[in-house]
Amino acid sequence: MYDVVIIGGGVVGCATARELSRYQLKTCLVEREEDVCTGTSKANSAIVHAGFDALPGSLKARFNVEGSRMMEQLCHDLDVSYNRCGSLVLCFDEQDISKLELLRQRGVENGVEGLEIIGREKLHAMEPALSPEAAAALYAPTGAIICPFGLTYALAENAAANGVEFRFDTCVERVERVQNGFAVHTNTGVIYSRTVVNAAGVYADDLHNQLCANKITIVPRRGEYCLLDRKDGHLVGHTIFQLPGALGKGVLVSPTVHGNLIIGPTAADQESRESTATTAEGLAAATAMAGRSVANLPMRDVITSFAGLRARITEGADDFVIGESSDGFFEAAGIESPGLTSAPAIGCYLAALVAKKLDAEEKSNFVAVRRGIAPVKDMPFEERKALVEQDAAYGQIICRCEQITEGEIVEAIHRGARSLDGVKRRVRAGMGRCQGGFCAPRVMEILARELGEAYTKLTKSGGESRLLTGETKEVQE
Amino acid sequence: MNERILTCIGCPLGCLLTATLENGAVTNVQGNTCKRGDDYARKECTTPERMVTGTIRVRNGSAPVVSVRTSVPVPKHKVMEVAAVMSDTVIDAPIVLGDVVLADIADTGTALIATRNVTEK
Amino acid sequence: MMREVQLAIIGGGPAGLAAAVAAYDKGVRDIVIIERDGELGGILNQCIHAGFGLHTFGQELSGPEYAARFIQQVKEREIPCMLNTMVLDFSEEKILTTTSRADGLQQMKAQAVILAMGCRERPRGALNIPGTRPAGVWSAGTAQRLVNMEGMMPGREVVILGSGDIGLIMARRMTMEGAKVKAVAEVLPYSGGLKRNIVQCLEDFDIPLLLSHTVVEIHGKKRLEGVTLARVDEQRCPVAGTEQYISCDTLLLSVGLLPENELSVQAGVQLSGITGGPVVGDDLSTSVDGVFACGNVLHVHDLVDFVSQEAAQAGESAARYLQRGNACGPKIQLRAVNGVRYTVPSYIDRDHMAESVTVRFRVGHPYRDAAIGVYAGERLLRRIPKRVLAPGEMEKVVLRRADLPEDINTVTFCVEEGNSK
Repeated sequence: MYDVVIIGGGVVGCATARELSRYQLKTCLVEREEDVCTGTSKANSAIVHAGFDALPGSLKARFNVEGSRMMEQLCHDLDVSYNRCGSLVLCFDEQDISKLELLRQRGVENGVEGLEIIGREKLHAMEPALSPEAAAALYAPTGAIICPFGLTYALAENAAANGVEFRFDTCVERVERVQNGFAVHTNTGVIYSRTVVNAAGVYADDLHNQLCANKITIVPRRGEYCLLDRKDGHLVGHTIFQLPGALGKGVLVSPTVHGNLIIGPTAADQESRESTATTAEGLAAATAMAGRSVANLPMRDVITSFAGLRARITEGADDFVIGESSDGFFEAAGIESPGLTSAPAIGCYLAALVAKKLDAEEKSNFVAVRRGIAPVKDMPFEERKALVEQDAAYGQIICRCEQITEGEIVEAIHRGARSLDGVKRRVRAGMGRCQGGFCAPRVMEILARELGEAYTKLTKSGGESRLLTGETKEVQE
Repeated sequence: MNERILTCIGCPLGCLLTATLENGAVTNVQGNTCKRGDDYARKECTTPERMVTGTIRVRNGSAPVVSVRTSVPVPKHKVMEVAAVMSDTVIDAPIVLGDVVLADIADTGTALIATRNVTEK
Repeated sequence: MMREVQLAIIGGGPAGLAAAVAAYDKGVRDIVIIERDGELGGILNQCIHAGFGLHTFGQELSGPEYAARFIQQVKEREIPCMLNTMVLDFSEEKILTTTSRADGLQQMKAQAVILAMGCRERPRGALNIPGTRPAGVWSAGTAQRLVNMEGMMPGREVVILGSGDIGLIMARRMTMEGAKVKAVAEVLPYSGGLKRNIVQCLEDFDIPLLLSHTVVEIHGKKRLEGVTLARVDEQRCPVAGTEQYISCDTLLLSVGLLPENELSVQAGVQLSGITGGPVVGDDLSTSVDGVFACGNVLHVHDLVDFVSQEAAQAGESAARYLQRGNACGPKIQLRAVNGVRYTVPSYIDRDHMAESVTVRFRVGHPYRDAAIGVYAGERLLRRIPKRVLAPGEMEKVVLRRADLPEDINTVTFCVEEGNSK
């Protein structure tokens, strides 16, 4: 019997797990995939919103601003890449400056610091690559960029270090209220728990509706993105938004913490909760809309494109659903944008609610700090030299494009990577311009060795995503 | 009498060749623009040959497979048979480039030779 | 003290090997080849098919055999090689920072450097093919390595996008390992591959080649389940209504090679916007003093024999540079116009050029019964009739010093169509 079962290993589930690990509670997180950070948390804009978009008084506004304030310290404690580069919301017509002003006022009301309207001249001096059409902007100095994988892994690792149990490849089929708590039925058996936290992303409505009288419906909203080569990462210095439209905050152009340039997302509602396919129309639309902000985007430098699903609830006032929705059943549902930004604040809030409910006490030995896998590439010469002398695996480059060493890949595997994508998201092997062309076979070799797994059982992303169908010569027998 | 249409592989021009065959012998070639086209069509229609390359599984080697080729081209209709024998063959390391892996593969009278070195594990 | 070396060669593939041998034979004794893989030979090690060396050795060798001949020459000369060693940084002062398991992090200063890093494949992402991102989508060269060197099968039902030679070779290879290759799609109206490969890799096995076709969607959440192909128009845009679904568990991409010049850029080497490789003179020297380039890092070749020839020239030039210093005279610029996409070299130093210079280039479209025209201003220097010109076939023109008038500063290369001229 657990005290808490968290359903879903996205950034919200992991943030909640980490915060719950402060308390003397027996906590378990279940995730249907082979790793954390495989859904919405891995496919988003990778930014920390300042908090001027959401309507004052909404949960989105509250958790966005709180999350944004927490993020820098959290990233420092957990060793996550974070860069407060600031953001700009562009308008393309002087007449729309009034709309920027409304946005600014909303931000002030939400508690966002430092907002400022910037005129054409200053704007173009700040961002020379902007399209000449850009007429003015709302400048938010607290906007930031972050590594969404890095944050999720850090939260998960820190939670695990503080005693939270993780169960992967475990898909929740049904949650049943039983005496003293819940029976969580999964594909691998029943888990009993006093309380449940629903952080199931685009499936959160299913779980909610099993236990709550008021029904909710999540309609996934697909957002498509293109990622450009690192040589284009300096094209803009801030996250560039456009004045929001009906379908969200529109297409952004932003540097990433790893020096790439990201453009997107589009917004298209769809029925499927699984399909993260990109479309020709979507990619063309993202390109066209981003091109409005930044002229002459070097789209020939695209290294990959992807799509993510935002879990949007159709009922109510376009807001998150967060709290104790039914006795002992806590949840964070409908966590669309600004979900990544809000996650740390949501985690704190939910953990406090659960702890109070269970009358739990804080641990004396909670470890708030976690060290990441240090990128060898960024080390000064002497430090790197010493590391290689200590462990030769750090001398062997596996991923040429991102200069990732065997030592880092081994460390990623020891910290929980079980698939090619798990390695890629942890240490960026295969994330560069050749997209794993050279390193995939070498990473597979290391995965097989470290996991003690047959080469032919290795997967791209767990489950049925086998990379190979067998050995040569088996085929004709 | 029948005709066969072939693409000449002699050069990038890729002439479309029409070979006329009578009782299995080529009596006429058309469409070629040089002597090589004529030669190719006659050879390809009567005794087509292919060099076969592939790999053989290795026991106790520094690599799991070793690359091999037939020492000379074999009759084209034997290609898949040669491939099948290669699939069923396993050899022990060490292997040196040029080693004869099989003296006569698939009754072609042709040797299969290793095209690289594989040391012992 | 930082290690010093006369000549550092980055890359131990066919280009690096031939360059090392040539430099040695011209008297350079302090050479080091730096190779990131565990063995010399580069991409040739996975090219186990035959067809290499016809020009150089007069016989049809497989890739590993061709490499072995040059590796033997390097061994005979006892040229040192650093294996499993990656060059992390290359500065304008020609200081190389390397890393390896065996030797850790090292720096060395070279008097001359030959760039021979080769090229890499254009990945799926660069094509922006819509759809899902499942397992089973590989670049053809990665699949070639898995099959030929690791003994692993990437899949059983295969569609190949791109009909360059690697795609064609892999169609045959997968078939011979028991896989079913359902189609090879090519976005262009013609294949960039050799005729011989189209016949012997596709036609021999009844594999359909769909010209003017591309993949418009990738299906399957975890493992590839199929692809949608469509015909494309002259602008390479998919034509609505021509879509066909093909079920497959593997998609191999053979959609172009890109010279790998990250290190060159670090050292400030000027690159060509067309080839993606360094801008070089007739001695294959780059814009950075004492830095030379050859092979696929300079421009992507079709035949390894020509890589070896080009690399030998780079090796000799590096030797001359080390022995006599940098010679720099007035430059004759080589201009590529009207169908000729680029030339390597980009310019000729007339005062210091060899008796003859081989100018290599590619054309942008296929031509029949055309000619290559070489002009100095209005003056026709050479006119070489060509029965056929194809973008997939690298062309060359040998310019003799005696052919070049004293007073010129530009030589223009162009395609001339029709027989009237």
